[in-house]
Amino acid sequence: MAKVIVVTSGKGGVGKTTTSASFATGLALQGHKVAVLDFDVGLRNLDLIMGCERRVVYDFVNVINQEATLKQALIKDKHCDNLYILPASQTRDKDALTVEGVERVIDELKESFDYIVCDSPAGIEKGAIMALYFADEALVVTNPEVSSVRDSDRILGMLSAKSRRAEKGESPVKEHLLVTRYSPKRAKNGEMLSVADVQEILNVPLLGVIPESEVVLQASNAGAPAIHQNGSDVSEAYGDAIARFLGEERPMRFTTEKPGLLQRLFGG
Amino acid sequence: MSILSYLLGSRKKTASVAKERLQIILAHEHNGRGAPDYLPAMKQEIMAVIAKYIEIDVDKIHVNLDRQDEVAVLELNVVLPEMQVQGKS
Repeated sequence: MAKVIVVTSGKGGVGKTTTSASFATGLALQGHKVAVLDFDVGLRNLDLIMGCERRVVYDFVNVINQEATLKQALIKDKHCDNLYILPASQTRDKDALTVEGVERVIDELKESFDYIVCDSPAGIEKGAIMALYFADEALVVTNPEVSSVRDSDRILGMLSAKSRRAEKGESPVKEHLLVTRYSPKRAKNGEMLSVADVQEILNVPLLGVIPESEVVLQASNAGAPAIHQNGSDVSEAYGDAIARFLGEERPMRFTTEKPGLLQRLFGG
Repeated sequence: MSILSYLLGSRKKTASVAKERLQIILAHEHNGRGAPDYLPAMKQEIMAVIAKYIEIDVDKIHVNLDRQDEVAVLELNVVLPEMQVQGKS
C-alpha cells in the first residue's frame, strides 16, 4: 500500500525542500518507487534542488486542470531510475490546488508508486493544508530556534485537526521530528536549544538530526540532493533517518561534538 | 577553565531561556486553541471594568476559558486587596 508523506514545518527556510529532495532520493536508492511533489504553487523550487528545472514542461496544476496527463508532467530523476518529480506551477496561485484535484492526482500516483513525498510550502494557508491533507505520515522539520519550534507546534496542531485522517476520525497521521541545521557545539555551550529540548517541547518521536553543513548549499548550487554528497555528515544523517523510517534501529549520530584533533590523538 | 568562561558561566545560558519561553508560550497557545477570536479583547475589557470600580493590580485578575466536552466555562478570578475585603464585611 502506497504511503503519503508530508514534509512540513510552518516556518520557511528550515530545510523542507532540502529534506524532501534527500528523503525522496534516499527512499528511491533503497529500491522503492518514489514520487516527490512540490506544493509551493507560485514559488516552485524543488525542481532547482533536484536539478531538473530545465526539463519542466507541465506541472501539478496542469494535471489538476486536466491540461496534461500525470505521465506527461512527471519528470524522471537523472540519478535514480525509480524517482519522479512533479513540479509546482510557477504562474498560478495556491487556489489552483483543490481537494478533489489533489486527491485525484494522489490516487493515481498510489497505483504505481510506493511513496509519495509532498513538499509543503511555508505557512499554514491553503498550499500547506493541501500538502498535509492526504498524509499518512509527516516529517516535521524543525531548527533548534524559538520561532521554528513554535511554528512546528502549530503545524502539529494542524496535522491533528485539519488532515483527512483527523476529519474522518481515522488513526492519526504518524508524526516524525527531524531537527535540521543542528550545531552540537553550540548546543553544548548552551547557545542553542538541544535536540532533547526540542523533542521535549514538541513531544514527537525523533527521526533524525541533520547537522548544519556547508554541503547543503553546495548541493543546491549543483542541483543534486545533499544525500548524493557521499561521505558527508549530511548525507550520512539523511541515510540514518531514512533507515529509521523504514524500520531499522540506528543510534543517533551528529548530536555531540566531533572530537578535535588533539582529543583524537591523545584519546581525550 | 578560563576566567572568562568562569565569569560567563554565572549568567543564564540563552538556550535555557529559549526553552522556558517556549514552554510558557506553547502552554498558553494550547489553552487558547479553538477559543473564539474575541476572547483576548473581551478579557481586556472585563479587566478594565473591574479596575474602574476596584483599585486593583490588573495582573491579579485572571480570566480563563475552560472547555469540558460540550460546555465552555468562562472563569473570572479576582484577588481583592485585603483592606477592601475587610471594609465590606
